[in-house]
Amino acid sequence: MKITACVGSSCHLKGSRQVILKIQELIRENHLEDKVEFAGTFCMGKCQQGVCVDVDGVVHSVSPDTAADFFQKEVLAKI
Amino acid sequence: MEKKVRKFDTKVQHLKYKVLREVARLAWDGRLMEGAFDIPKTIVPGKVPTMRCCVYKERAILAERVKLAMGGDRQDPRVIQVIDIACDECPMGGYEVSSACRGCLAHRCEDACRRGAITFDEHQKAHIDKTKCVECGACAKVCPYSAITNQKRPCEIACKVKAITMNDDKSARINDEKCISCGACVYQCPWGAITDKSFIVDAIDLIRGSDDNKNYKVYAVVAPSISSQFTYAALGQVISGIKALGFHTVVEAALGADMVAYAESKELVEKGILTSSCCPAFVEYIKKTFPDLTKYISHNLSPMATIAKYIKEQDPTAKIIFIGPCTAKKMEFQKEEVRPWVDCVLTFEELQALFDSRDLDIASMEQDVLDNASYFGRIFARSGGLTDAVREGIKEHGCENFDFKPVPCDGIEACRVALLRLSKNLLNGNFVEGMACFGGCINGAGCLTHGEKNRAEVDKYGREAYEKTITDAVTQVNFK
Repeated sequence: MKITACVGSSCHLKGSRQVILKIQELIRENHLEDKVEFAGTFCMGKCQQGVCVDVDGVVHSVSPDTAADFFQKEVLAKI
Repeated sequence: MEKKVRKFDTKVQHLKYKVLREVARLAWDGRLMEGAFDIPKTIVPGKVPTMRCCVYKERAILAERVKLAMGGDRQDPRVIQVIDIACDECPMGGYEVSSACRGCLAHRCEDACRRGAITFDEHQKAHIDKTKCVECGACAKVCPYSAITNQKRPCEIACKVKAITMNDDKSARINDEKCISCGACVYQCPWGAITDKSFIVDAIDLIRGSDDNKNYKVYAVVAPSISSQFTYAALGQVISGIKALGFHTVVEAALGADMVAYAESKELVEKGILTSSCCPAFVEYIKKTFPDLTKYISHNLSPMATIAKYIKEQDPTAKIIFIGPCTAKKMEFQKEEVRPWVDCVLTFEELQALFDSRDLDIASMEQDVLDNASYFGRIFARSGGLTDAVREGIKEHGCENFDFKPVPCDGIEACRVALLRLSKNLLNGNFVEGMACFGGCINGAGCLTHGEKNRAEVDKYGREAYEKTITDAVTQVNFK
């Protein structure tokens, strides 16, 4: 599974760093380092929806508050 | 006719801008090859000269400007070049006595001269024997009438690395063994006879070739000194303007600066002594003039190259165009170690020309955002900022026991003094921050304006950063 988080300015101001740290933490906790490839990108062109997180080609709108929930539904449930 | 004269310091910059703008207009339309010859006449349409002896000379010089605006000779890596027919061959006689000498009684000039170079004629007026004069200037300092003046070329005065001499035909010559591409002469020549060649056509070709970022994405990496430029618009509007030109997105070079500060502070603690690697003109100066000190240069790429490398590691087909205040960056990006990461370099002057070539009125645009770097990454743009950032980096690494003794060098002359001391093991310090331009990048040769307030603007921009520490800024992009 490939997860890409947007680190562009707009998403950054909406808390992409917090989202990234949370996802990194959850990947570690769930021992998914070998199954998940996690990377960043500058701008996905959907700044209104930020923080944008792409999971295998589908872009999700995530916030620091919803990051854990998102991980549960879109990552853990599908891996 | 000009809609509005943009904010430049000098008319030389304005002329250069007009050439760049016309070249860019044709390049966007794909008509550069057939249209370039007409640019001189577009800029000087009439029969009355306003700059030189006749419109034909004006146009001949403009034709040379057009060539350099189009990138000049592609085989020639030199960034800073003399347009010999534009050089006014200024006098360069050194210290001379002018007609203001009144033939006074005191003759302070004679007493001040240690070389006995001052003689007097029958009217008691002073003369300087050029075979004895060493150009120390002591006589000029003591003359109560300021009658002794130094006839020196502005380009030579500007060039603190002494790379400028004179050809047999009296036109200026740049010694490439010494030139560090800082652009000080470009900014100072009152005739615009020395100029930095442009990669504006390459930038336009990269954007056009992306087919609206479908074939590959074109990223603009902007230097933090942008905060002191384009004063007629908000920074957010400048960002909107850059995107309107066709860039996929805009990324702060200051985030690269955070990454550099993070790594460089660690490198300093490990090695114990370091010279900074951010300013390409300073790095070039060490390599050309103090080759024995090359071993002390930080192994980090510059902030520009560091962030460009990061972007390309995430997006391997990305094309990166750096936009900044610096002519030396045009030299740096041609280096073997930087070329894979940075595809093109533009200055703020060239960005202004690009905006106007597309008739973009950025002051009426919506404000976009630009925010990735920390305060510390952003203040790299001014002298002393890198030192502050490395100090912070040492603290954030928990290495407070390290005895940090920075030597921030403002301008290439201060750099020379520090490097001389370092070469003789007499430097009271272990970290040399070298900035070739006086004041730092905010006074780069490619800036639109060079003002007193620019330093404060950069600090303000720094304080507005969302991230407050280097570690926070760096961890947002650390996916390992």
